[in-house]
Amino acid sequence: MSRLKYNPKRPNRSLAGDITNAVVLLIFAAFTALPMVYAICNAFKPLDEIFMFPPRFFVRNPTLDNFRDLFLLMAQSWVPFSRYIFNTLFITAVGTAGHVIIASMAAYVLEKHRFPGSKLFFNIVVTSLMFSPVVTAIPNYMVMAKLNWLDTYWALVIPAFGYSLGLFLMKQFMITVPDSLIESARIDGASEFRIFWQIVMPCVKPGWLTLIIFSFQSLWGNTGGTFIYSEELKPLPYALNQILMGGFARAGVGAAVVFIMMIIPIIMFMITQSNVIETMATSGFKDE
Amino acid sequence: MSVLAERKPSTSTVFLSTRNKLAYLKEEIIKHKTSYLFLAPYAIIFLTFTVVPVVISLFLSFTYFNILETPKFIGWQNYIRLFLSDDIFLIAVKNTFLLAAITGPIGYIASFLFAWFINELPPKIRAFLILLFYAPSISGNVYMIWTVMFSGDIYGYANSTLMKLGIINEPIQWLKDPEYMMSVIMIVILWMSLGTGFLAFVAGLQGIEKSQYEAAIVDGVKNRWQELWYITLPNMKPMLMFGAVMAITNSFAVGDVTAALAGLPSTDYAAHTVVNHLVDYGTIRFEMGYASAIATVLFIVMVGCNRIVQNLLRKLGR
Repeated sequence: MSRLKYNPKRPNRSLAGDITNAVVLLIFAAFTALPMVYAICNAFKPLDEIFMFPPRFFVRNPTLDNFRDLFLLMAQSWVPFSRYIFNTLFITAVGTAGHVIIASMAAYVLEKHRFPGSKLFFNIVVTSLMFSPVVTAIPNYMVMAKLNWLDTYWALVIPAFGYSLGLFLMKQFMITVPDSLIESARIDGASEFRIFWQIVMPCVKPGWLTLIIFSFQSLWGNTGGTFIYSEELKPLPYALNQILMGGFARAGVGAAVVFIMMIIPIIMFMITQSNVIETMATSGFKDE
Repeated sequence: MSVLAERKPSTSTVFLSTRNKLAYLKEEIIKHKTSYLFLAPYAIIFLTFTVVPVVISLFLSFTYFNILETPKFIGWQNYIRLFLSDDIFLIAVKNTFLLAAITGPIGYIASFLFAWFINELPPKIRAFLILLFYAPSISGNVYMIWTVMFSGDIYGYANSTLMKLGIINEPIQWLKDPEYMMSVIMIVILWMSLGTGFLAFVAGLQGIEKSQYEAAIVDGVKNRWQELWYITLPNMKPMLMFGAVMAITNSFAVGDVTAALAGLPSTDYAAHTVVNHLVDYGTIRFEMGYASAIATVLFIVMVGCNRIVQNLLRKLGR
């Protein structure tokens, strides 16, 4: 059989198929990479290259001018720029930490304990995956107003704790923790919280690393929207978007901004990639 | 209630009165109090910021509400106005369905196919390609770079390339001209469509046991397409369901991208989506009752569409 001749280690694969596979991937990789490479190049282009006609895709004389200008601009802003950075770091760190702990605790009992209402609750969470938070934006604003949380960090941080994708992924990943492990700890007299914190959580490390990534991604880009109106409480993306709106005059600085906003989540994902993939392996919807 | 309260607890175990049921439930709750304590923080936040808002939205959609005055009940008026006299809403519905119908399935199938293609490669290259393909969907507002590439002046990369090649003589207003707007937006959305679902597919494919493929060869599976159909797809069903939910939810929620690229409102509302319409009434015009009606319609469409697709996928390979 010809298929065995081509590569005995990988049966059912033809040379033609492998080549097609590689070509299709290359084309799509180019399409995906193009705008990002362009964004990276733009960030290092001196102004005269950004406004060159015809525009050149790659950078010829790379410079850090745009980043220097960005820092100069930051230094001049009305609210100290470090404040924007602090706001985003605070929102992201507290929101992510709270989400990971609270969602993991809920996921643990939903998967490992049987109690009335647990199935119903989980089903509601799964249903909530089926609609986007945009549909609840208006009543959410009213809830925030009632709680007096408008224009505070809590309006952004606390709802992030209840992010439903996180609970879903964590609960599915908890399946991989053997029941016998929990049972033996229980027989040894460990309290439920200790079992959760010292036995279950170390076992599901890829799970919470994934939650950190997803929570980070959603909070990192948060502009504060309608919830925050004090300038000194606005997160970083808001300030950076303002710079971006400067348009023509700020093209160079804008390119530096796009670069910074893009590169940090990518680095975060790069570090945790294998853990995320491991978690996603359990993400499937079981056939009822 | 008083009748129930006066009734003495029945000694018969067969006869379970409401009161006994309540007592039983109470007992169960006390027995499982640690479980409830663990669940409570998440449950309270989830209910407050997800379940309660859905209920409020449903209620507000039957009222006239401008934030300042108390909501006034007006029955089906908002819905009647929405479907019978709001021409722009109908444009938004058309645009949203067009975007969802094209980018949803293509993005979903592309996510699966590329995950499958990548799976053939050595681990190092695979890891790099996963990062590359997933990057557009995580990097915040990097899609803004497309506004530079498709900028309406001659400095835009698309315009200058086409002009250099002699295909066009003057710059095209990609993001202002209703003729091109939707196509550009679709390209950008497809560019970002390899997201959470894609990761689930990559992970799912790696989880299929090698022995299954070996057994398939013995059974006469001859090429990779037969492998895909008989082994891979049936094994991937849970991930396919999860990916479908992510794809549908995201494709109906398109709004940020259209507003950022084409503006709000876009020229002739050519890129106006239901979410844009919702934002317009909710945060610009402050017609909260009307905006809630839009949100409710969107909610029903999203959940309904998800249910239909879930049922279709469930039948797959049965």
